[in-house]
Amino acid sequence: MSTAFKESIDKAIHDSNLTGALGRFSEAYREGRAKAYEGIDFEALRTEIAAVKGGAATHLDELAEEFKKNAEAHGAKVFRASNPGQVNDYILKLAKANGVELIVKSKSMASEEIHLNKHLEAQGIQVSETDLGEWIIQLAGQRPSHIVMPAIHLTREEVAEIFSKEVNERLSSDIPRLVKIARCELREKFLKAGMGISGANIAVAETGTLVIVTNEGNARLATTLPKIHVAIVGVEKLVPAFTDVVPILKALPRSATGQLLTSYVTMITGPAPNTDGSLKDLHIILMDSHRTEMAGDPKFKQALQCIRCGSCLNVCPVYRLTGGHVFGKVYMGGIGTILTAWFDALKESEDIQSLCIQCGNCKEVCPGNIDIPDLILELRRRLVKDEGQSLKEQAIFAVVNNRRVFHAMLRSASLLQRPFEKDGFIRHLPLFLSGMADFRSLPAVAPKPFRDIFAVGRTSRSARGLQAPQTSLEQTGAETTSPGQAGVEKDAKKSVPERALESPRGPGGPPHRAAFFAGCLIDFAYPEMGAAVVKVLNKAGIEVIFPEEQTCCGAPARYSGAYEVAAKNATDNIDALLKQHVRWVVSACPTCTGALKNEFAATFESLGMIGQLPRAAELAAKVVDFSSFVKALVDEGRLKLKPGMDLGKITYHDSCHMKRTLRVDRQPRELLQLAGYELVEMKESDTCCGMGGSYSLKMPEISAPILARKLMNIEATGAPLVAMDCPGCAMQIRGGLDKQGSPIRVRHTAELIAEMVE
Amino acid sequence: MPTPFECFAARAQAVSAEVHRFPARTEALDFVLNLVRTLEGDRLQPSFAVWAACPFLEGLNEAELTERAPGLTFHVTRGSASAAAVGISQIDLAIADTGTLVQNATSVEQRLVSMLPPIHIAIVETGAIVPDLPAALSRFSPQRGRGADGPPPYLSFITGPSRTADIERVLTIGVHGPERLVIVCVDDLGGGQ
Repeated sequence: MSTAFKESIDKAIHDSNLTGALGRFSEAYREGRAKAYEGIDFEALRTEIAAVKGGAATHLDELAEEFKKNAEAHGAKVFRASNPGQVNDYILKLAKANGVELIVKSKSMASEEIHLNKHLEAQGIQVSETDLGEWIIQLAGQRPSHIVMPAIHLTREEVAEIFSKEVNERLSSDIPRLVKIARCELREKFLKAGMGISGANIAVAETGTLVIVTNEGNARLATTLPKIHVAIVGVEKLVPAFTDVVPILKALPRSATGQLLTSYVTMITGPAPNTDGSLKDLHIILMDSHRTEMAGDPKFKQALQCIRCGSCLNVCPVYRLTGGHVFGKVYMGGIGTILTAWFDALKESEDIQSLCIQCGNCKEVCPGNIDIPDLILELRRRLVKDEGQSLKEQAIFAVVNNRRVFHAMLRSASLLQRPFEKDGFIRHLPLFLSGMADFRSLPAVAPKPFRDIFAVGRTSRSARGLQAPQTSLEQTGAETTSPGQAGVEKDAKKSVPERALESPRGPGGPPHRAAFFAGCLIDFAYPEMGAAVVKVLNKAGIEVIFPEEQTCCGAPARYSGAYEVAAKNATDNIDALLKQHVRWVVSACPTCTGALKNEFAATFESLGMIGQLPRAAELAAKVVDFSSFVKALVDEGRLKLKPGMDLGKITYHDSCHMKRTLRVDRQPRELLQLAGYELVEMKESDTCCGMGGSYSLKMPEISAPILARKLMNIEATGAPLVAMDCPGCAMQIRGGLDKQGSPIRVRHTAELIAEMVE
Repeated sequence: MPTPFECFAARAQAVSAEVHRFPARTEALDFVLNLVRTLEGDRLQPSFAVWAACPFLEGLNEAELTERAPGLTFHVTRGSASAAAVGISQIDLAIADTGTLVQNATSVEQRLVSMLPPIHIAIVETGAIVPDLPAALSRFSPQRGRGADGPPPYLSFITGPSRTADIERVLTIGVHGPERLVIVCVDDLGGGQ
């Protein structure tokens, strides 16, 4: 990561104007968007948009030709440009040939992309932006920080300052007054300009129509008053049919600004008359600039489904802290990272791709149905392929790649205990336990990993005959907040046959067998969570086995672009888990669950390891998260919770992978309520806590404020207890609360349910 | 069930448009002329209000109208529209569920009167309110094999007055377009259809 990049992040995060404005906006946006979509089937709508735009992306060339033919039949001139230079030259030549001295522009990201203003101004042609935000940015000599709201990072005082310079008059920071000044100043330019330049939000091949969406009305003036109108249109804006406009126009304003429709939508089909009675000189430039290349990439083709609404920025917990400037290029946020990788170069995305915490918020709201987080992972993978992994990461993954070494290291880590030696290897191993982050306390590696405790459980069980097998598990610290106090039994290492804990017979049902997949965090940092899982399942008559050869789920490697390591982890785990004859593989970590369920196959596919897919699918079918499984057991009457309990208030944090990968949010809530808790919802319960696996170590400066916001929302509920289903979130949130000296307790749902099973 | 007009009015008002409804052209005309006169006050400004040629005006005596509202002109140019405080035009369609006006604005006069003056009075027949965007767009959709042309050269969709939130996300009405949009719905346009 470059120093300049780190510095730009640091600067942005400490700009309270910026984070304040973006924070307020993201909150208002959430509500506004939800309201705007009331009564609309968003899934159906975005499926339709994805179909229209995805289909168009496979026929860009044909659609461009059809558009050209139809627009020209109406009298427009259509120029197909393959690169930015051709666009700039075309416009310059046209302006010179017509003696144009002043150009008015309505907002166009395509023109930003090709740095048109700079090109024209260098040739002595004056260019004025007319979108208020763009004009502010232009006068300030800055770049837009948001696709839709370019000047969102500036305060009214700053705008007053900028305008005062322009009009040579000391202006107050009264917003309506500032807007009036802009109207006045720009109206003059509209009337004087010889050329108007616009972008377009949609281009309809069938009719040769341009659709331009604005709120201020500047595009209407720019396309009406000057005699020449040039529209710069990226070919990804093409759609086949006029009726295809409907879904896009439905989604764009709702997703962009929470409006049902923008103040103005202008549809231009061929030249209309000018004010002097002549016909408009209408030029439409269809710009390719890497779009066709992108359409040819099976993975990235879907990025062309983007309608440039900016919603991926608006819901991004990272963007709302950093704003758009840290992205360094014209496009910002999730989609911007992807576009930069293609429109500039893959290498240009190296730093900015690391901003993505993989929370999946953007994917939820994208009206183009683009899997933005997945595409960013793909960038990461390709970067690692091209550029190689850093030496540090290579060292880490060499270890994670080998279960025996990896686990041996984790065991030795427990011997060193806290505080971790800063320069010792523990710092790098494993990713989520390494490194010191001063914004939260880190857990010690448990003195005894879950796998050993489990073995003890088996040993003591066989020693005690028919006594409940989970007794020793309970002793290991399901109640303790510090795993460091977990009981250690001398015979922990005693070798026992690969026999499972026997389950007490469930009422009326045959014993079922489940394998428990712990994941590194539960295994080595929070064994008490594992103990709770086993206890609950045992109580439901489920026989639980713990395949010792299970290893890291591969998510850390995958999220770092080390797909070969992720594939090795996947193969090892498939071997370990399928060897057992179990109906279920239960995990209490949503990241692991998601890995086992979906990502093994995806990793194999990315690497062309097609032969592994059937086994990945066989495993996936068995995998279930703790809360869904246990809720089903309760519903089926196989598990009983103590009745009539009044356990007081609790709030629940939705972990990213729980909510958006596994789509589970109802079950843990219902379980906790059945157990006797009174659920108080926190604000933004499904917003990331800032953990993101190794993200909190790579980007502590971003992770910390995301966590701070989460803690604030937790505290605001007044609940003394916060539950979650992810050990990673628990580590982040517990560490944050501990650091603050807060009395609020953090528990995994499994621990709370384990206390309440009959 | 609210009527299409009620839907339209509620949505349009929600985005800061003013909505009035009259049974017939005479009442609507009275309202428009009174509004122009009130706005004009004592100012004697030629082309205080510009009115673009439209079916609503058919059969009306322009000189008579100008007598009732002296600043009114039907001569729409870049100059007169730039100077005017009020622009008046007729709208072809309205969309109930978004409060939107749809206008074939190919004639440049239509555009000038609705874009340049700070106040836009838009006249629309109540019966021309369609339920939603697809219904509105279908009017302009090319009918394959039936020879229809598709959309006109300049088709405008107007939803409330011009707005921005580009400074600190504070909603501010009236940037480059009108700051006031007065919608006049007329149930029976009579000769002015």
